[in-house]
Amino acid sequence: MTTTITPAEPLTRKDFASPTAIRWCPGCGDYSILTTMQGILPTLGIPKENFVFVSGIGCSSRFPYYMNTYGFHTIHGRAPAVSTGVKLTNPDLQVWVITGDGDALSIGGNHFIHALRRNMDVKIILFNNRIYGLTKGQYSPTSGVGTVSPSTPYGSVDLPLSPISMALGAEAGFVARTSDNDIKHMGEVFAAAAAYKGAALVEVLQNCVIFADKIHEPYYGRNERKDNMVYMKHGEPLRYGKELERGLVLDKMTMTPKVNPAEGETLVHDEKESSGALAFLLSRLSHPEYPVPVGVFRNVERPSYITAMRHQIDTAQAKNPPSLDKLFNSGSTWTVE
Amino acid sequence: MSTDVTNIPINPNEKSHIDVDSVTIRFAGDSGDGMQITGTQFTDAAAVFGNDLATMPDFPAEIRAPAGTVAGVSAYQIHFSSEDIKTPGDDLNVLVAMNAAALKANIGDLEEGGILLIDEAGFTDKDIEKAEMKSNPLEDGSLNGYRVIKANITELTMNAVKETGLKGKSAELCKNFFTLGIMYWLYDRPLNHTLKWLDEKYGPKTKYKDKPEIAASNKQALNAGYNFADTVELFTSHYRVKKAALPKGKYRKISGNEATVFGLLTASQKSGRKIFYGSYPITPASDILHGLSKHKNFGVITFQAEDEIAAIASAIGSAYAGGLGVTATSGPGICLKLEAMGLGVMTELPLIIVDVQRGGPSTGLPTKTEQSDLLMVMFGRSGDSPLPVLAARSPSDCFTMAVEAARIALKYMTPVVLLTDGYIANGAEPWLIPDHAAIPEMKTNLASTGESFQAYARDPVTNARKWAIPGTPGLEHRIGGLEKAQNTGAVAYDPENHQAMTNQRHAKIAGIANDIPLAEVMGVKDGDALVVSWGGTFGTVSTAVEECNKAGMKLGHVHLQYLNPLPKNLGELLNNAERVIVPELNMGQLRMLLGGTFGIKIQGINQVRGKPFKVSYLASELHRILETQK
Repeated sequence: MTTTITPAEPLTRKDFASPTAIRWCPGCGDYSILTTMQGILPTLGIPKENFVFVSGIGCSSRFPYYMNTYGFHTIHGRAPAVSTGVKLTNPDLQVWVITGDGDALSIGGNHFIHALRRNMDVKIILFNNRIYGLTKGQYSPTSGVGTVSPSTPYGSVDLPLSPISMALGAEAGFVARTSDNDIKHMGEVFAAAAAYKGAALVEVLQNCVIFADKIHEPYYGRNERKDNMVYMKHGEPLRYGKELERGLVLDKMTMTPKVNPAEGETLVHDEKESSGALAFLLSRLSHPEYPVPVGVFRNVERPSYITAMRHQIDTAQAKNPPSLDKLFNSGSTWTVE
Repeated sequence: MSTDVTNIPINPNEKSHIDVDSVTIRFAGDSGDGMQITGTQFTDAAAVFGNDLATMPDFPAEIRAPAGTVAGVSAYQIHFSSEDIKTPGDDLNVLVAMNAAALKANIGDLEEGGILLIDEAGFTDKDIEKAEMKSNPLEDGSLNGYRVIKANITELTMNAVKETGLKGKSAELCKNFFTLGIMYWLYDRPLNHTLKWLDEKYGPKTKYKDKPEIAASNKQALNAGYNFADTVELFTSHYRVKKAALPKGKYRKISGNEATVFGLLTASQKSGRKIFYGSYPITPASDILHGLSKHKNFGVITFQAEDEIAAIASAIGSAYAGGLGVTATSGPGICLKLEAMGLGVMTELPLIIVDVQRGGPSTGLPTKTEQSDLLMVMFGRSGDSPLPVLAARSPSDCFTMAVEAARIALKYMTPVVLLTDGYIANGAEPWLIPDHAAIPEMKTNLASTGESFQAYARDPVTNARKWAIPGTPGLEHRIGGLEKAQNTGAVAYDPENHQAMTNQRHAKIAGIANDIPLAEVMGVKDGDALVVSWGGTFGTVSTAVEECNKAGMKLGHVHLQYLNPLPKNLGELLNNAERVIVPELNMGQLRMLLGGTFGIKIQGINQVRGKPFKVSYLASELHRILETQK
């Protein structure tokens, strides 16, 4: 007897669009991130039922509702912890965490750090719009000093942090940045994060059209981008400018943006640099003193928590198959006749 | 006294024997003196001999509080008997005090005329000063009411182990086994159980194989203590506690935390769902983490999370992905988990939350017991957020109730709280090993590919929704903390739906009352009062009620293991009772719950001293209350 197996139709973007009406503000940067994600997933060769999107609280965290996959909209800041339980229970799933600058770096800072530290195999996409959107415009941990918001009418006096530096400090093996207005680049970065074996952090520079409109415009605007962002590519010099006439030059510990650097003077990007020092140095570059780096900061192999955990369990099971009888009768026993 | 007594032959038959029904001993010393090991060894010997028993360790929150101070005192109490017993005992028949601080902290519990065994080496001027005592109790006559047995146990031990080569502090550390030897003589117990244990722990097949002097010296100290008691006539006679008439079968000793571990592993085997245990270390719940971590052969995933919130959040993630999600903690940890428990209620996922209660509020009394988290786990969440609450009544009952918590969680798709407490978690008792084949398989509500699936469609009987596990083709769906539309589970804010969903969540939990045992009245039915207790006080309250009834009172007793929902017949029992008395180790939480639920007046017996009730205290309170107006 022969069985004919009809090969499943290849998945398309449409398969990943959920019927739920999208409720982000018109013009929100989240739309392009959603579209990019829906476009990338069919290319990964993973069955649709094996994708899980886990989110916390905030505008970005509504994302799972708009994906026609398994999804879990959890509580504020805890998505990395929830996703850890999902992934450890079923390592066959590809688990994405969707979060924002408030969700990941403020209330959820602890879980963000530890998911990366453990190299838990989840992909964290952090939408950074440098403001609290869903609670109506308060400053966030990535807002600049002086940000005027409902909670800081005289300007924020809080010093911000860099999500990239934070992730590197937490020992993350894959750290990248992209922007909501460059779909092609975003797609490449998402695909690289998906391919990485372990915890991946992708910061997406995302525009909140209501409370922090054009916050990233001075560097990622169409006309500003070339002179104010540097596209990092592994093994290539860190050149930027309209004619790629500028380069980043490293002298001891100091990075200098130079026009027309000498041949061989420009620093060559190395995402595999093992100490993470280069990635950290690059993560410190900010507008307007420096071009803002986008692309992959770091992409190095780290031991896998899941592999090590599975090994312990498999070894224990091979040596000593589960038996309630043995368990109950372990230790000192005695019989009452 | 520094005679070398190690080589004097054992001849226990020369002294007379006195038979007693039951004995309560407390070993007390500095936290570095090995009192927990001494107590455990004595307990194992009593268990193997066939006594019924109950134990209660009592140790400081500090790992090594300054030596010799009252804060550093560690104690282990065992009640063993030829009869059925349910408590670790009230007043002590014997107190072993290894130093002045141990005496000061524990002498108040020794019965009048009780035996007090003292290591004189722990009563120097410095020890008296560290214990903040005004004078030396060995000299000031304050111990005249007791049978004081003094010996320089430290020095005797040092001499006894000399030939093994062990010296100084290491030699001195063997004094707990010397003391144990004395106690074995007093209660006519063979040494072989402990000798064997020392070989297993420190013998040639262990990591101590290069230090044979450790096993040798401890064995030597044990023998020497026994011979010392025999030779120098510390006591005029042995005491004998005969075997208890326990139900036939095979037994082992089990603590509450061990029993919880066994229950969870059993639930995993019976449901076919792997345990995911997300946990953050906390006293007195950490032993559950340690216990489960040893049993990876059951496919258990133990995850030591970065905090209490991640511990429960990861367990919820596992439950979403098809695992048997479990987290355990104590009160301060529950405070941190409450928001996530609400997420569990809203997403209707099976989850077990074990709360090993301790004294509060805040950090409170980490190593001391209390029952004061009841109302927090009942109501401590935003919104109307009902979930089942169970409470184990004894160390071995933690097994039964952990299995039951899993059954309810899986059948009804809900988080379930299991309350235990520091007293039953660390206390131990004999456990009649159950026939695991007789424990029923557990049903799960898995949805499968091809069925018409709606995330919040409910089973008409249980009201449970289906469990659609990621990885199942065709059942892709989204859940979350926002209010759900009936059936579809889509996000919904409209008023009718919220009312309907709130009603459904309540009906689901309330309906579990049809699936749990009815409350049973022990003691005198239709008597002068109904005593209602819950959780870990079962042993003390039931013993007190029995004693009161023997003394001519007419008391009924209902003990609750199900706090939400309550047994279906409880309202009727309470309404028909002449009066209702609720003893509990808090300021009146069950009293408030029952009073509010059934609109009845209740009298409370409330104590928060970090310790279980004493039977004598309960009995006197019951007498007092019955003499007062309702």
